[in-house]
Amino acid sequence: MNQVVDDPLASAVANTTPLLSVLVGALATGRIRVIDLTQTLTPGFPQIALPPEMGQCWPFRIEEVSRYDERGPGWYWNNFSCGEHTGTHFDAPIHWISGRDLPNNAVDTIPVARFVAPACVIDCAAASAADHDYLMTVADIERYEAEHGRIPPGAWVLMRTDWSKRLDPEAYQNFDETGQHTPGPSAEAARFLVEQRDVLGFGSEAIGTDAGQGYHLRPPYPCHYYMHGAGRYGLQCLCNLDLLPPKGAVLICPPLKIEKGSGSPLRVIALVETTA
Amino acid sequence: MTSPVMKTTANTTTRTTTHTTTAPVTAAIDKPRRKNPVLRTRQINLPPGARGRVALGFTAAAAEGRFALQACERCAAVQYPPREACHRCLSTELTWRDQPDGGHLVCTTTLRHSNDLFFRERLPWRLGLVRLDAGPTVMVHLHGEVGGEPGRIRVGARIDRAGMAVLIGYPEQGSAHMADDRMLREMTSDPRFRKVLVTDGKSAVGQAIVRAFVEAGADLVWVGHAEPWKKLGGLDDIGALPQVTLVPLDLTDGRSVTELAGEIAGKVDIVVNNAEVHRTFGIAARRGTDVARAEMDINYFGLLRLAQEFGPALKGRSADGLASATAWVNLLSIYALSSFPTHGTFSASKAAAYSLSQCLRAEMRPAGIRVVNVFPGPIDDDWNQHVPPPKLAPIALANAIVKALRDGVEDVYPGDVAQEWLARWRDNPKVLERELAGEG
Repeated sequence: MNQVVDDPLASAVANTTPLLSVLVGALATGRIRVIDLTQTLTPGFPQIALPPEMGQCWPFRIEEVSRYDERGPGWYWNNFSCGEHTGTHFDAPIHWISGRDLPNNAVDTIPVARFVAPACVIDCAAASAADHDYLMTVADIERYEAEHGRIPPGAWVLMRTDWSKRLDPEAYQNFDETGQHTPGPSAEAARFLVEQRDVLGFGSEAIGTDAGQGYHLRPPYPCHYYMHGAGRYGLQCLCNLDLLPPKGAVLICPPLKIEKGSGSPLRVIALVETTA
Repeated sequence: MTSPVMKTTANTTTRTTTHTTTAPVTAAIDKPRRKNPVLRTRQINLPPGARGRVALGFTAAAAEGRFALQACERCAAVQYPPREACHRCLSTELTWRDQPDGGHLVCTTTLRHSNDLFFRERLPWRLGLVRLDAGPTVMVHLHGEVGGEPGRIRVGARIDRAGMAVLIGYPEQGSAHMADDRMLREMTSDPRFRKVLVTDGKSAVGQAIVRAFVEAGADLVWVGHAEPWKKLGGLDDIGALPQVTLVPLDLTDGRSVTELAGEIAGKVDIVVNNAEVHRTFGIAARRGTDVARAEMDINYFGLLRLAQEFGPALKGRSADGLASATAWVNLLSIYALSSFPTHGTFSASKAAAYSLSQCLRAEMRPAGIRVVNVFPGPIDDDWNQHVPPPKLAPIALANAIVKALRDGVEDVYPGDVAQEWLARWRDNPKVLERELAGEG
């Protein structure tokens, strides 16, 4: 910065400083912190698993092109491959059959303003630890609102489960012979968030926005069905949700601009005000 | 047993001069001691490997474990060594034909000096002259249990460390530990006391292979398993075997292969690459290339990744004592020879793997590492659910692999279907292609 702002907040209040300068100043002083909600893309991170006769999402794979060697003496770089739904990723409405005919339903056509939005974090960590198949209820949402106020329209609702702390892929995926056991929203909660709270989307720490046993709910995969059917978005494989306040964080999460893309891996960051 | 015991350690030999009834019994080898880490790891000197084109016909049969000699179509004479023309009638109509393996031992000798580097390091070395029932008189490497002349003897063709067929004289009836004979262990890749990597322990075939190697006396079996979160039956049972260590290994992930190689490649004596993806599509039956790519990624690129990481380590230890690095086994498919159109993309991936495996064989040869290619017909598993029997049981396939290593065989076509397809392919590949198209 060429120019040092002495007290940006005071000037903003006095309407003499542009808003973005306030933001920049707050970032510089640490008044606003940036938190990474993204899992590292690595070949060991598990991918969504479907029955083997179905099409499969590629896991993240990476191969060196050269590393200051005979393949390229002065430079290091890699080629990588993955699916649109690998690692921490964004779901566009076109991902689901219920959202397939909506306007601006793919990652390249979603208005970019949607990629910056407030987030409400509903803490379901204790319940998820006790029950791996825990389904977040409407009551959980109402309890949150009683404490932190009503979820504003256009906000992300993030379900904190601390599931991302399961660093062992086997524990993270949590499969048994009946399939995956990971927490997610109930059908009623997903529908409530869309119809009663007009959310921007739903985010989770597990590998899907729906619970591991979501196929057995009515409708199957209710979060995908309701959110995408109403043009809302999804974020999954998030981490560090425990570092976010229940309300007041702002997410910045633009997916890659893939033509007619159904989603994309992305870097999700949150702006959080420090309470001084 | 009252027979004298033949020590198989170096510099000790038994020279019997009377009858086969006094044949020594092979002493079971002990588990090799840990090597002295301050000594240089010995590198291999290959036995003489130069052969003419005609002589390679002998190697080709031996590669499958067959004992074939040139037979004259004109006068029916059987000859050895291989020549361009019949030694009796000069006809050039010579056919390689399987021969009876019996013969009479004419005389024996023990080599105590050699200027050839391979034999020089393995002296003393016993040789014999055998008059074959098939006709010719041949020089053979003698198994320690073969007594002195005269006597009956069995002769087999085996692939030596240079990849060339040589003749071996076996006792008519071997003892329990005859595979531990010092000479034979040089000529074969017996799993006993060896350390083995099986690349996929999740499949029924992989688990059968692991059990077969444990039964064959393998010292240690590392068993790869990809995507540990996908629970498939049987892996826990395999992992509970005292010889087995489960290791994460995903052949689609170069880093996973590199990491495992960094940890264990310097100790692996036998690689068994059984990891495969098998789907049952041709071209039109499945849209897109994702399935074909997944097959190619494991079946072809997986082998390439594995060979780049583990190949050099095996080559560096191919003369490392009694339990040296010795062999690399690739699970291919009989469909590698000719496409089975209803499993068309799988066939293509196996054909690619077969081609790469030939390259691997050429690159491993200077180190004396044997590359064994296994070409099963349909295996009795999920992906051949709609293929009518006969189907190869996983345990039969596993046993065929162990047997091939014990016998020093390079090309294995286990089961009736593989044998029949091979015969049809040999007879006329074009006819087989048309027949397989019809079966689709």
